[in-house]
Amino acid sequence: MLLTITTTMRPATDLGYLLHKHPGRVQEFGRSFGTARVFYPEADGDRCTAALLLEVDPVRLARSRGSSSPDFSLSQYVNDRPYAASSLLASALADVFRTARTGRCASRQDLADSAIPLEITLPALPCRGGSDLARRLFAPLGWEVDAEAVPLDPGFPEWGDSRYVRLALRGRVRLADALNHLYVLLPVLDDAKHYWLAGDEVDKLVRAGEGWLAGHPDKALITRRYLGRRNALTRDAFARLAEVGDDVEEALEPPVEEEPGTETPEPAETPEATGITELPGTTERPGPGDDSGLGNDSGLGNDSGAGSEPAEARVPLNTLRRDAVAAVLTEIGARSVIDLGCGSGQLLGVLLRDPALTRVTGMDVSARALALAGRRLRTDRMPDAVRARFTLFQGSLTYTDARLAGYDAAVLMEVVEHVDPPRLPALERVVFGTARPSHVIVTTPNVEHNVRYEFLAGDRRHPDHRFEWTRAEFERWVAGVCAAYGYTADLRPVGEDDPEVGPPTQMVVFGRREERP
Amino acid sequence: MTEVSVPELSLVVLVGVSGSGKSTFAARHFAPTQVVSSDFCRGLVSDDENDQTATSEAFDLLHHIVGVRLRRGLLTVVDATNVQWEARKRLIELARSHDVLADAIVLDVSEEVARARNAARPDRAFGPHVITRQRRELRRSLGKISRDGFRRVHVLSGDEIDDVTVTREKAWTDRTHLTGPFDVIGDVHGCRAELESLLTRLGWEVGPDGAVHPEGRTAVFVGDLVDRGPDTPGVLRLVMGMVAAGTALCVSGNHERKLVRALDGRKVRVAHGLERSLEQLDAEPAEFRAAARTFMDGLISHYRLDGGRLVVAHAGLKEAYHGRASARVRSFALYGDTTGETDEYGLPVRYPWADDYRGRAMVVYGHTPVPEPEWVNNTICLDTGAVFGGRLTALRYPERELVSVPAEQVWYEPVRPLTARPPARDPGVLDIGDVDGTRFVETRFGGRIRIAEENSRAALEIMSRFAVDPRWLVYLPPTMAPPETSTLDGYLEHPAEAFEEFARAGVSRVVCEEKHMGSRAIAVLARTPEAAARRFGIADGTAGSVYTRTGRPFFDTRMPELVDRLREACAPLWEALDTDWVALDCELLPWSAKAEGLIRDQYASVGAAARASLPAAVAMLETAAERGLDVGALLDRTRRRAHNAALFRDAYARYCGPVSGLDGVRLAPFQILACEGRATAVDEPHEWHLKTLGLIDSPLVTATRHRFVDLGVPEERDAAVAWWTDLTEAGGEGMVVKPASFTPVPVTGAPPAGVREAGPAGERPEDAPRPARAQPGVKVRGREYLRIVYGPDYTESLGLLRRRFTGRKRSLALREHALGLEALARLAEGEPLWRVHEAVFAVLALESEPVDPRL
Repeated sequence: MLLTITTTMRPATDLGYLLHKHPGRVQEFGRSFGTARVFYPEADGDRCTAALLLEVDPVRLARSRGSSSPDFSLSQYVNDRPYAASSLLASALADVFRTARTGRCASRQDLADSAIPLEITLPALPCRGGSDLARRLFAPLGWEVDAEAVPLDPGFPEWGDSRYVRLALRGRVRLADALNHLYVLLPVLDDAKHYWLAGDEVDKLVRAGEGWLAGHPDKALITRRYLGRRNALTRDAFARLAEVGDDVEEALEPPVEEEPGTETPEPAETPEATGITELPGTTERPGPGDDSGLGNDSGLGNDSGAGSEPAEARVPLNTLRRDAVAAVLTEIGARSVIDLGCGSGQLLGVLLRDPALTRVTGMDVSARALALAGRRLRTDRMPDAVRARFTLFQGSLTYTDARLAGYDAAVLMEVVEHVDPPRLPALERVVFGTARPSHVIVTTPNVEHNVRYEFLAGDRRHPDHRFEWTRAEFERWVAGVCAAYGYTADLRPVGEDDPEVGPPTQMVVFGRREERP
Repeated sequence: MTEVSVPELSLVVLVGVSGSGKSTFAARHFAPTQVVSSDFCRGLVSDDENDQTATSEAFDLLHHIVGVRLRRGLLTVVDATNVQWEARKRLIELARSHDVLADAIVLDVSEEVARARNAARPDRAFGPHVITRQRRELRRSLGKISRDGFRRVHVLSGDEIDDVTVTREKAWTDRTHLTGPFDVIGDVHGCRAELESLLTRLGWEVGPDGAVHPEGRTAVFVGDLVDRGPDTPGVLRLVMGMVAAGTALCVSGNHERKLVRALDGRKVRVAHGLERSLEQLDAEPAEFRAAARTFMDGLISHYRLDGGRLVVAHAGLKEAYHGRASARVRSFALYGDTTGETDEYGLPVRYPWADDYRGRAMVVYGHTPVPEPEWVNNTICLDTGAVFGGRLTALRYPERELVSVPAEQVWYEPVRPLTARPPARDPGVLDIGDVDGTRFVETRFGGRIRIAEENSRAALEIMSRFAVDPRWLVYLPPTMAPPETSTLDGYLEHPAEAFEEFARAGVSRVVCEEKHMGSRAIAVLARTPEAAARRFGIADGTAGSVYTRTGRPFFDTRMPELVDRLREACAPLWEALDTDWVALDCELLPWSAKAEGLIRDQYASVGAAARASLPAAVAMLETAAERGLDVGALLDRTRRRAHNAALFRDAYARYCGPVSGLDGVRLAPFQILACEGRATAVDEPHEWHLKTLGLIDSPLVTATRHRFVDLGVPEERDAAVAWWTDLTEAGGEGMVVKPASFTPVPVTGAPPAGVREAGPAGERPEDAPRPARAQPGVKVRGREYLRIVYGPDYTESLGLLRRRFTGRKRSLALREHALGLEALARLAEGEPLWRVHEAVFAVLALESEPVDPRL
């Protein structure tokens, strides 16, 4: 992978002083996974170019994580790290130009303090969010950005562009700033799982961002992405199965809400009266669905809103939905409730604050979702009184399970649409036939309302949705369940009930009849 | 000499003052693990066996241990003073809650003896008053201990204590030593004529008061011999004769129970045909009435037969009750499990216990008339309503064959129409207990295989969120290992090592099959939707499924079309295999049809990044070289890497083809996994599979090129190497080498199929010393293909890559293969869905074990 830095100041060869690297030499720097070299393809008074070429040996790269641990994936061997300007290049750059990055230069300090004409090229920059995002992140820092998408495979033009751009930056910028921009923004644009990074990333970000990050309009996005994927450092059994099935792991990830900031360092604890604290960063994004996929796919969703929502402040739909469910639980006088498909535990947090509920249980099929829920609800430091009311476990809605029985109410909030239609009868039998709580609350999107979300462009609200029902389809399903399992049903809208297309979310409250059909 | 007899499965409660010699007695007559002592438990919770402050918690622990042992069906002896009524009561309740009997053995020694013994033990520092108190309590107890609820109280004193022998008596229900064969016969209800016809059909020689089978078969009656029908005395006479002669067994039905009460003059409601029995018996001599009463009164609730593999009870029996004795076991066996509700006909709504049944024993029962007997989780109801004008049905065991004769007429009008009940069948819903947590799966060809909890959890998520209906998911393919790493220059894998490996394992002939580069696919196809409903219980009109290695369906919306086209293509198989369904192991082509997302995200992206960056690097290095900088070696290397990257791109692009709809999709089947009644993957050699699959002639189906190699003939090996070289140089992925006539051998030392193990032995099967089994197959991949596995530049670091370790992968391949065959064998034998699913799920779980993914 390659990075070039060119200047046209005079004498251009002073770049050598600023970088602390002699233009006449080829200098080598050993890395655990390969070798970095700095050399100057051109160096005269008018124009001087320094090239940083990082040779990555993927075999050594995988081994550099140490041990003969077999816990690795194929993607660690067959990956773009030897070619693309990723976090590996950023870290090599940070080390090789360590002094230059601090802005110190004993022989040319005034030059080091000044903005100079610079041109930086990266022939293959991985850029999740496309060339537009590269422009958005670099332009506010004084760069003129030329970003051109690289096609995925010229032999398969129908595949379109790759995630890489050929990036050229031109501008008058202080060299140390330029290096720090690259150091922070390369991994941010890459946004890949950082298998090879760890440690005190927060401090590093604070230092490298000094003087420019605080004023950047996309500060939140940069921070989140820079730190965001740390939790993916270790792979698990789930990821291995994705690989076995020729699936892209991300495409199988569970549909959980994962707000920005859940990875930021924890602030001093501020326990509330109930003792329930949630991790910070639960700022919610206005939008039709609270599934993370919608936001993440647009690259920006969590930071800027979903794009075509009305601008005025409004209560987010996921809040409305949780409030509606909580209100129903109060109305029916439930004392115990089980959240089937609890995801990252948003609703559980609300339920635990309700003293009327003496038993609150969350179940999800995804180990990752449960880990997120555990972290959000801080189960490791839950007071005994709360812990005694609370249970969290892995389970599945297509297997009968004695642990699901004995609750006043079961909640399936935005869950059924994640189940393949042929498997719905199994879910119905598990919930209504075997667990048989007195009440079951189900919410699901109303697909008719999707026309109100222009950006969906006919898509479903989340890529993992296996279907989205119209109001009539939902009613048909509800009627079928009632007839088969002896329940009554009360349908209610959630969110603004649009006269033409109905509410964004539809909800049903099932009540068990005493006799079986 | 005194003899004390305790039931084989029971709770034995020792009663005696401190120093009465209970521990010595227990050690002499019982195994150390069978004895749970309160002193020991006190020590466990306090580090001091005499710390009386720990007594309460010590007893909590004691009761817990006793409870666990009884649940697991183990004889347990409680070594504690138990002189107080409350202490004994808690133990009796514990025994009852696990449906086992309790016996008490009282050691009645004199106060002096006890005192002397305690005085001799320095750790028994408590004063003499303790013995006096205990002695007083014991004396008070002795008078009424027989009313405590023990089955028997054995009181021993003086020399008896030392001289006694303790024997174990079998439970009444234990007839496990009888191995049959059996003819299990459904509810007769006084239909003597039909019973005679049925016995004759079954080959019995029937006389007026007895019957024998020339092959020595034993009849087992599920109860309800009496009431409603025309000749209850005749039926009783025949069955009583058979039982007395030892050619039949009979368990009690609810009707026998009630008839006995009526004969005893108890107040019962005379209904449901009881009136007919009473009337008919009135016409019989008093001696016969008395004999019939004695016979019926002596019938027991259920029998365990054939080593525990067969259980017969009138209304069925859940597993926890097999071989147990208590009022509720008897009630379940006679009346079944009810929900407490009644239906529109006023009859009790039965709880469908068979849906939840997970036992390994076959349970055969009657009690509830059904139009057709159907297997539900290895249980079957044989009551086909003979007395209501239906049929009288028998089950031949172990043949699992149903034989029935029609009723001669409607002898009694049913309250509820016989056809009103929907037929029971294996439920499509599985229980979390079938797959959850750390598991040990018994396989006939690989022993007991351990599944770690972490792996089950990952599999649960994939299975629940993505897999097809479990009724279609009859198999998942195992992983396959490569051979030992080649030392040949430029190669990581080569056929030579594969041939050598099999030759070493004693295999003389192998088949080399072309390895198609696509996505592994399992196709389960039924000839018609009706066949699908009959065999798989899937009644939504679909007739098959095609799914991936992780159970995901191929082509969401176009799956039905693919299934229909494949069913058409497979038409020649229906006749050739005499089946109306088939499961095929295949490769679905091209690779991009399923994996395009992955190819674009991973492989093509690497290619794109390389294409964008390496030429730029070459250009910069060339400019630098012109300036005179010393970058020659680096420039050469970078040019070579650019070339490798181009080869890498070609390697993946070769397996991408245009697919529009289903056009361009092909399927390459290479094994017939199973068809009706047969697990062909277990029974048939590869030659048979390839030949039978050759009958298929369809543009949708691609043949698998193959050749057989006699490993003893060097020329044949050389020719096969040349074949592989041509294949891979033309862009093929490689080949799979398998023993030509592979017949899996059951693992010796494994428990016989059908016997449930008491529980995990805690020993990982791979730890057990066991002769290395030959791999079912190894894959030999081509040089260029390996670029997409090991990376574009792998040929540059062959030396390092040769240090790869295949042991874990090979062990995994064997375990998964054994599980896959197990699933198919269970399917072919008609085992319940949960049993098939257990093995299939285990394959998926093992696939999530960490192994080098490049192997």
